[in-house]
Formats: sequence, C-alpha cells, structure tokens
Amino acid sequence: MASQADTDTGGGLAVDPMHQFEVHALVPIKLGGLDASFTNASLWMVISALVVALVLMVGSKKLVPGRLQSVGELAYEFISNLMRDVVGEKGRPFFPFIFTLFVFILACNMMGMVPYSFTVTSHIIITFAMALSVFIGVTVLGFIQHGVGYLKLFVPSGIPMVMLPLLVVIEVISYLTRPVSLSVRLFANMMAGHTMLKVFAGFVVALGVLGGWMPLAFMVAFTGLEILVAFLQAYVFAVLTCIYLNDALNMHH
Amino acid sequence: MEAEAAKLIGAGIACIALAGAGVGIGQIFGSYLSGALRNPAAAGGQFANLLLGFALAEATGLFGLVMAFIILFVF
Repeated sequence: MASQADTDTGGGLAVDPMHQFEVHALVPIKLGGLDASFTNASLWMVISALVVALVLMVGSKKLVPGRLQSVGELAYEFISNLMRDVVGEKGRPFFPFIFTLFVFILACNMMGMVPYSFTVTSHIIITFAMALSVFIGVTVLGFIQHGVGYLKLFVPSGIPMVMLPLLVVIEVISYLTRPVSLSVRLFANMMAGHTMLKVFAGFVVALGVLGGWMPLAFMVAFTGLEILVAFLQAYVFAVLTCIYLNDALNMHH
Repeated sequence: MEAEAAKLIGAGIACIALAGAGVGIGQIFGSYLSGALRNPAAAGGQFANLLLGFALAEATGLFGLVMAFIILFVF
C-alpha cells in the first residue's frame, strides 16, 4: 500500500500522508498459521492502558483529592452523570463497561496526538471490533431482558397498518447498520484529522521559510481542534453505547 | 479515459459530501446561537448537546472522505 501510494498519489508531496498508519511487527509471533505479532498498534494500546492506569490508580486516595486524583474523579462523575441521564437506574451494573470503553478510546485518541506516535483508533478493525462487541452484547441483553418481546423494537407504535411492512424493514436495516456507523465515525474522524495534519505539514516544507508560516498557523489551530475531536469522539462513542443500552433495557413500545 | 484519471476524479467527487457536513455544522451552531440569545439562562445546559450534534454532523461528512480514501488507496 505504501509503495503504491508513493507512486500513485504522492503527487509531488514531500511526505506520504498515509505512512503514519502503517502497522509493522515489533516482536514477530507466529501461532500456528496465525500472525499474532506484537505490533506498534499493540504497543500503543499497552501505553494507552498504562497511562489510564497511572492517572486512575497511582497516587494517594484522600478525602480532599490532589490533582491526579481529581482527574480520575472528574472522569468518573462525567460518565456517571451521562449514564444516569441516558439509561437511568437500570444501567448502573453496566457503568464499568461504559467507563472502560470511554477511558480507553480517549487515551488512544489522545496518545495519537503525540508527534511520531501511532493512533490505534485510526484503524477500522480496532473500532469495528469494539462497536461489534457493543452491538452483540446489547442485542443479547435485550433478548435476555424482554425475551421475544425485544423484537417489538422494530415495530414503531402508532403507525397505520399499510406503512408497517416498509417501516419494519427500515428499522431492521437501521438497527443492523449501528456497528458500522459507530465504528466508521470514530475511525474516519481520527484518520481524516491525522491525514490532514500531515498534508499541511507537507505544505509547510514545500513553501519554505517565506510562505511556510501560513499553513503552520493553520496547523496550530487545527491541532487544537483535533484534540477537541479526540475527546468528542470518545464521548460520542460512549453516548451512543448508552443510547443502545437504553433501547435494550427500557423499551418504550 | 484512463483508469487512473477516473480514480482521481471519483475521489474528488466523493469529497462533495463534505459540503453537507459544512451545512450541517453551520445549522447546528446557528440554531444554538439564536436559541441561546433568546434564552441565555438555558444555553449552558445545552452545550453538551451542541458538541454532540457537531460531532455527529462532522462524522457524516467524513464518511464521504473515507469513500475518497478507499477509492484512492484500495482500488
């Protein structure tokens, strides 16, 4: 892919914007026919998890929190309020799952903003694995809670009988595209943002000392936006997971 | 037409989707501002919804950008 990108779409740019997304094995491991190598993606996932553990666990547990403890408590309250608003009391047992999901995605997105790092969430397989596990878990939970009655989710109430077959098909399709839209939203935001930063970095080099400050100023502003987007997308992922969870736990039909 | 040229044109056309994202983001912030000026007391409580709407609208446009990337780098 990289060599093809160089020849096809390099287009005279000094840097290949897609080079930063390459996965390469750091410790090659072969399990039977499977390639289970420890890659740079795995490395940055471990680093993100370690950063989260550092912020949330290290440090004293005092009644009056210090700086590090405040960050952890803020994150906890943030997700706790979100779940209370969206899901209600029935969602309390699922708080650890949503909190872990949010904090892990946030850490991965933020570690991706460090120069020369690797953005784990800019690969669709990783976001899709998370979205698919949310989707399967919520569906199984819905059937456990409501039995066959969970299928009523696909039948909107107060609709004329003539419209019903069409609407049920639309509802089923929109339910099945949930994991795709959930994963592509996160992946597309991360990939597009980092590609754009890299393309503008190429402009800085190409324009040199005289004109290079213009794209540089744009990049500084855009990096700020990217940090906002990194937080927002983790938040959106958590909110949508809560909404799906709410559909499964408290059915309105 | 060469396949290479058609690929580049297709990727360019796929980026038109971003126009819709621009309209959507403008609509969200415009509506928020007009609502906030009418009732400034309620504005603070809706800030999280504003950011959520912004993120959702932006993501929809980026689906088009992903199509452009797929056309450029996969085929």
